[in-house]
Amino acid sequence: MNMLHTINKSPFENSTASSCLKLCTKDSSILFIEDGVISVMKSTKFSETIENALKEFKMYVLKPDLEARGLPLNNVIEGVEIVGYEEFVDLTTEHKTVQSWL
Amino acid sequence: MKLGILINEGPYQHQASDTALQYVKAALKKGHEIYRVFFYNDGVNNATRLATPPQDDRNITKEWSSLAKDHGIDLVVCVAAAQRRGILDKGEAERNGKDSDNIEDGFRISGLGQLVEAGIQADRLITFGD
Repeated sequence: MNMLHTINKSPFENSTASSCLKLCTKDSSILFIEDGVISVMKSTKFSETIENALKEFKMYVLKPDLEARGLPLNNVIEGVEIVGYEEFVDLTTEHKTVQSWL
Repeated sequence: MKLGILINEGPYQHQASDTALQYVKAALKKGHEIYRVFFYNDGVNNATRLATPPQDDRNITKEWSSLAKDHGIDLVVCVAAAQRRGILDKGEAERNGKDSDNIEDGFRISGLGQLVEAGIQADRLITFGD
């Protein structure tokens, strides 16, 4: 089913990001918000997981949460789309359901 | 589209309520209807009008309240979660023999059925929590 998953935790804090990537189905999209935005940074231990998952899922990251944490936009892994709150709203309405990984 | 919002965390403790607030503002700007915002667990702490954050800080409770006033949004606080945390409206304060209520304008106290109903009536239910 076409589902939007939101992840709000760092992959170095707990396993929600990796659990989500393992469990979500092919036509899912994933939006990283709050502390979850660190997941899509280049050159981390988690980067390769994201790069591989990008072959299967569309991924998005919330720009205001990157900026709030001082994370440079040019350090976001290529293929991950940087979005604002308005696109966040669009993503929730374009998908049939929303799963917030907490 | 009709959107339902569930908030499980209190203000200033976690980003959930801030994120939900920004999300709701963006959704209203895009012309969507907010069917209901349901405050559950520690999320009920968003509803106290006694909170007085520093003047140069955002007042999350007031922001919810004025958003509700301007756009007619139904802000519902879970009664069981509210009682445990000392969030009371006039009726609940009287019923429990308390000397005062503390709920902010625009919020109302009701039961979990309101969350279930929001899940049924709204096109999407989006959860913000920890």
